[in-house]
Amino acid sequence: MDVLNALVLFLNFVMIPATAYGAQLALGALGVTLIYAVLRFSNFAHGDMMAFGTMLVVLVTWGLQSLGVSLGPLPTALLALPIGILGTIVLALVTDASVYRFYRSKRSEPVIFVIASVGVMFVYNALTRFVIGTDDQRFEDGARFVVKVGDFRKWSGLDEGLAIRTSQLITVVVMILTVAFVFWFLQKTRTGKAMRAYSDNEDLALLSGISPERVVRITWILAAALAVIAGTLYGLDKSFRPFTYFQLLLPIFAAAIVGGIGHPLGAVAGGFVVAYSEVMVTYAYKGVLTYLLPEAWRPEGLVQMLGTDYKFAVSFIILVVVLLIRPTGIFRGRTI
Amino acid sequence: MRRILLATAACAGLASAAVAEPTNIGIILGFTGPLESITPGMAASAELALKEASDSGKLPGGITLAPTRSDSTCIDAAAATTAAQQQVNTQKVAAIVGADCSGVTTAIANNVAIPAGVVMISPSATSPALSTIEDDGYFFRTAPSDARQGEILAAIAMEKGIKEVAVTFTNNDYGKGLADSFGAAFEKAGGKVLISAPHEDGKADYSSEVAALQAAGADTLMVFGYVDQGGVGVVQASLDTGAFESFVFADGMYGQSLIDKIGDDINGKVWGTLPGVEGEAADKFAAYAKENGMDPTGTYVPESYDAGALIALSIAASGSADRTGIRDKMMDVANEPGEKIYAGELAKGIELAAAGTDIDYEGATGVEFVGPGEARGSYRVYEIKDDKAETIGYR
Repeated sequence: MDVLNALVLFLNFVMIPATAYGAQLALGALGVTLIYAVLRFSNFAHGDMMAFGTMLVVLVTWGLQSLGVSLGPLPTALLALPIGILGTIVLALVTDASVYRFYRSKRSEPVIFVIASVGVMFVYNALTRFVIGTDDQRFEDGARFVVKVGDFRKWSGLDEGLAIRTSQLITVVVMILTVAFVFWFLQKTRTGKAMRAYSDNEDLALLSGISPERVVRITWILAAALAVIAGTLYGLDKSFRPFTYFQLLLPIFAAAIVGGIGHPLGAVAGGFVVAYSEVMVTYAYKGVLTYLLPEAWRPEGLVQMLGTDYKFAVSFIILVVVLLIRPTGIFRGRTI
Repeated sequence: MRRILLATAACAGLASAAVAEPTNIGIILGFTGPLESITPGMAASAELALKEASDSGKLPGGITLAPTRSDSTCIDAAAATTAAQQQVNTQKVAAIVGADCSGVTTAIANNVAIPAGVVMISPSATSPALSTIEDDGYFFRTAPSDARQGEILAAIAMEKGIKEVAVTFTNNDYGKGLADSFGAAFEKAGGKVLISAPHEDGKADYSSEVAALQAAGADTLMVFGYVDQGGVGVVQASLDTGAFESFVFADGMYGQSLIDKIGDDINGKVWGTLPGVEGEAADKFAAYAKENGMDPTGTYVPESYDAGALIALSIAASGSADRTGIRDKMMDVANEPGEKIYAGELAKGIELAAAGTDIDYEGATGVEFVGPGEARGSYRVYEIKDDKAETIGYR
């Protein structure tokens, strides 16, 4: 019984939230890594592209809610998602045509692109705040829980409860579907293969008749879609506030680099590595150990490695350690 | 010649206009930032008192009081200091109602108000640290120090049979001060604080904070945060994961917005305290505020009225809007002996004070200044039931 209680406690406070968070990071990192693989720069505007797309989804969701449209137990935001994606794709393509294409035609250094993306970040940043403001916005509706703490306790007879929120389940399901689609697209379709060829060797790809502008366009479309999906899932699961999306940039880049930047599978793995480390390093294990250890060994203190204030520091530490020891990341991406 | 005459007439006109020009009173509150949902009510309440005093027409020398608002931001000490400097140097305020949050209040008091010799009356800064600043008698507050709220929370918790608690506080002067004073009082009374952990405001997700708090093993969570910020996030995450079933809120967590946001899950799980009084003072203020279209139960609304009223009464007692004069008369008008003055009776109070008679301003909160010019304090205890905060008693 004690073992089960410890397991449920660990699931409820570590595994479930970290899995949902990891899925959100994975989707964000996948977008960053695609841009890096094809366009060869780190897109600092990705976090604010997420915020912009999520803002569109929030606005459309409110519109649908006021019209009385709903998906029953599922959040209405899922219905608004395609519109948000379309709007963000338009934004990404316009940005590419007005900013990045100029530097591409001049064959500028990657660092020029990075700095340009910082500028784009500030523009997106302001655009989002201008439209929706800086406050917390709630747009979650439908059933809040799949499994409620009280119901679980009654059903299992355990002391500890387990909660699974609808948004957490949706996050994981949507993440799996999206990642599967992106992998299938990259591996099996002609366009996907063209993208990989372009990423591998730009000159050879051009020689074999691949249109570079088309590859770039498809990449932006994929990245924008991934950004909106990641942002909306994060907003549903936690809350939407433009500033927190800006802060997400750090764990997202940490995830992409840990996995091996430019490597799609690495981005997904990296997302989970960063999320699990952030949550596990800052969790206090007193409760779990009290169930598992014999009475005499039970800890007095909290058994917490780092205070929760240091959550972001964990991303930094992972980033620094990976760059020092294995700059190419777990899956041998490109060296930055 | 004609020109000179005209110019002289114009100058004379200007001069008489200058006499009738109102005396500015600064109102420095966080109109943006963590307290933005409660500051409009506070400012309106202070302005009500100033208007009441001006409209009485009994202030010495025909003085009228004009409120000038500026934003303390609640969290940004640099912005608040700039705002206060502008009030003191450009608007030439006679005194200041404010600021609201303890951190910015300390910054304004130390950097602007005390050096310039301007009285500040804060309606809501409750950090114990403000009791010991070197204020030359210029700093007052109509809200009591948190040292007092911490003791009262500890005493009620003990009476309710709560022996072990987890504490989370917003990571600033207010939160830390309250957590310390509560912790000291609770442990002295025989209780145990199993974990006392700060939370940062403005994050999207508080599940890891809640996980750490839960691991300590207490059933009750004391939340010393803000209703618009991290406090509500911590409570939401605790309810979602079933980490805590009962909560205790300090004053910063009082607000209908929290109940609306969380919904039915919160009912019957919360009790808390916020400054408030019962009896004649409170009843008179409630009636007077309603008459003027305000909500008398809003957080720090009565304290704000008192802050405005005390400035007006001190001006009356000292005979002019001189900054130091206001300071010198403050304790006299606020405390015994003298005739008791309640909310809505400022005209009477001003008349008596201007005539040199002793008055004892009770106001909306039964003001009595102790020690370094701060309210002794009385607290309202409430529970959240049926989507509302219901008063269950006073301390």
